[in-house]
Amino acid sequence: MTTPAIELIGIDKRFGAVHANIDVNLTIAQGSIHGIIGENGAGKSTLMSILFGFYHADKGEIKVKGQPVRIKSSTDAISHGIGMVHQHFMLVEPFTVLENVILGAEGGALIGPALAKARASLKHLSDEYELDVDPDALIADLPVGLQQRVEILKALYKGAEVLILDEPTGVLTPAEADHLFRILKTLRDEGKTVILITHKLREIMAITDQVSVMRRGEVVANFATKDTNVEQLAEAMVGRRVLLRVDKTPAKPGDVLLDVRNVTWRDKNKVARVDNVSFTVRKGEIVGIAGVSGNGQSELLDVITGITKAASGEVFFKGEDVAAIDDAGELRRRGMAHVPEDRHHRGLITSFSAAESAILGYQYAPDLGKGFRLDRDAVIKRVRREMEEFDVRPPDPFLKSAKFSGGNQQKIILAREIGSNPDLLVIGQPTRGVDIGAIEFIHRRIIALRDAGKAILLVSVELDEIRSLSDRILVMFAGRVMGERGPDATEGDLGLLMAGVSKEAA
Amino acid sequence: MDFSILPEILSSTIRMSVPLILACLAGLWSERSGVVDIGLEGKMLAGAFVAASAAATFHSPWIGLALAIAVSIAFSLIHGYAAINQRGNQVVSGVAINMLAAGLAVVIGHSWFKQGGRTPQLDDASRFLAIDFPGKDALVNMEGLGPYMRILFDHSILTYAALALVPLSAWTLAKTRFGLRLRAVGENPQAVDTAGISVAKLRYQAVIIAGVLCGIAGAYLSTALQTSFVRDMSGGRGFLALTALIFANWRAWPALWACLLFGFLQAVANFMQGAHFMGIDIPVQVFNSLPYVMTIVLLAGFIGKSVPPKADGVPYTKDR
Repeated sequence: MTTPAIELIGIDKRFGAVHANIDVNLTIAQGSIHGIIGENGAGKSTLMSILFGFYHADKGEIKVKGQPVRIKSSTDAISHGIGMVHQHFMLVEPFTVLENVILGAEGGALIGPALAKARASLKHLSDEYELDVDPDALIADLPVGLQQRVEILKALYKGAEVLILDEPTGVLTPAEADHLFRILKTLRDEGKTVILITHKLREIMAITDQVSVMRRGEVVANFATKDTNVEQLAEAMVGRRVLLRVDKTPAKPGDVLLDVRNVTWRDKNKVARVDNVSFTVRKGEIVGIAGVSGNGQSELLDVITGITKAASGEVFFKGEDVAAIDDAGELRRRGMAHVPEDRHHRGLITSFSAAESAILGYQYAPDLGKGFRLDRDAVIKRVRREMEEFDVRPPDPFLKSAKFSGGNQQKIILAREIGSNPDLLVIGQPTRGVDIGAIEFIHRRIIALRDAGKAILLVSVELDEIRSLSDRILVMFAGRVMGERGPDATEGDLGLLMAGVSKEAA
Repeated sequence: MDFSILPEILSSTIRMSVPLILACLAGLWSERSGVVDIGLEGKMLAGAFVAASAAATFHSPWIGLALAIAVSIAFSLIHGYAAINQRGNQVVSGVAINMLAAGLAVVIGHSWFKQGGRTPQLDDASRFLAIDFPGKDALVNMEGLGPYMRILFDHSILTYAALALVPLSAWTLAKTRFGLRLRAVGENPQAVDTAGISVAKLRYQAVIIAGVLCGIAGAYLSTALQTSFVRDMSGGRGFLALTALIFANWRAWPALWACLLFGFLQAVANFMQGAHFMGIDIPVQVFNSLPYVMTIVLLAGFIGKSVPPKADGVPYTKDR
């Protein structure tokens, strides 16, 4: 047997009261693609940050190619041939590709020679691994897919033999993700080792050779990918059986509740980020808007929910044109609830208690107080009831909102918005950063709301989520709706629309 | 207006621009690394006081300069400690340095020299005087062109140093490893950290450079431009330099032009004291406020947006 590329032995790490990694043992074979899968907070990223020298383990040992090493900083990791592509890219935006690549590996006091060397080296790498990117382009001008390539090039330029990728596909279209996977397979075939951190089961099955499952800081299972399946992995991740597809009956759509007509919204540079969008949402149906993040979905949500005003077009809600209303509170009172995409910035106030966050936007409700006075007991009573109903853990109304996990924060927001008994629920990224157990719960609540005859507009960048929840699917690209599909649309079909390829147009 | 004073105004423009250029470059270095420096004013003032005191005591402008730089660096390090290690609010720390410097200079100056906060008048040997180039006399006394020659050739070593520091700064930032890393740390310190480079070390290097430059600027004020230290003699030049920095979009060459422009306005203001227009006395404050008014007007309407380094003023924490 050949020496493993990386061995982690008894890695243990605490952050205060949180035991992020508990006696973790992991062996990564040379020349393989090794997946590490687990829910958010399972300790995957901490473990890899320790391997890359960003954190220090309290206990444990790291071996690279059989040799025990001490990795005290990223510099040490890089010198041992370990490279990392972070989830949030570590790129300097006003710099060119070349400048980013040589940063930290300049060679001498002047950068001229390093730039020339990197230019030659990039040419070579791009030929070898399908990693072509213009070396003189500014990072700020590159789409995210290419920025990610620059991150990979950075690591390879610095001599990485082991490449760690943290949730690399979150920002990519299916086609870009496929391209990335081809690159990773080429790297493996050239003898490099790839560690892929993800929470997407499909990716693990598609590309890895080995997979390790983490749960609550521990590695709970190791499989050869060919010997396992999605159900088994999901069960290992959560610790119990999980329904991956939501059971739902066909929709029974009623009257049109939301009617969006020719809505256009321009940013401050006068670029149409939402471009002549029209669609309807009926009572008793879920309309899903799919698309790679940044294609106008967020801006469309802002227009509909009254956070900004459209430049042109009409938004009819219950038959009235509300396009001119840029007051989210007014729309809430009219029966439009909104679970925002970014829960930390818009969904709740992280420094508020759960009880305070749980009434945000509804603080003037008549049952919560009179006049300017807030009835504390009534608030707490209501929040306790909602917490129980939505299984928020811990069920403590006085705990700071920031102290809840992503899934439980989302449940607090969902309880608040659904609790207001809306006619239309507008929901953005309902399960971003939420663990599988909570995803299942949130999905079931959304379906239940639909079955109660309410209208739901869902925006998500997770294609699986869109496909399993929606009764109709719209795909947005570059601010426009590229097409509408039924719930049985194939991933390939939707993927093409997400990439801006429209059969109707062809 | 009498046209013959033009060379004098231009000559004065250079003299007024020098402290602005030095302070603006100090701000440039500091802010390109991500540390906002409101304390330029205070560091300059401290430098001016120390330079004048030391020059008066030791009868050497060079000792004055060296000590001014040392004290200015000390203030920089206080700011650095607050901003980099303690992750404090950088504006507050800078304002504190301004107040500290203004107060200390007067109190200590009075206690040492008993002249109400002034330092003793410096004799020529204790000051930076205009350099005697070979053949300078012939140049500046030329018929007709002489006054124009003075614009360029009648300055002290500090002036030429300040002017030389502009291309040096631009080149260092653009072409060297240190410059690349420094620019990177002002934009995305995490990228620098993950590349295995110390964010704190880079930022300390930057604030020390800012300290050196402010020290020179201070020494220039009290031992080249004037002949002693008087209270608040920096007169808002630190803030004017920050304005020039915004105006110049945090780049070295545009900073030079901005400082020359502001220096020109200050020179004009000096010559216009007591000027009147259509029978009304124009207060000198009108001219003094011109750089600020111009910056606002030009930024609002003409040159478009001025974009600071992305991590300017943001303390770096490793936690994500």
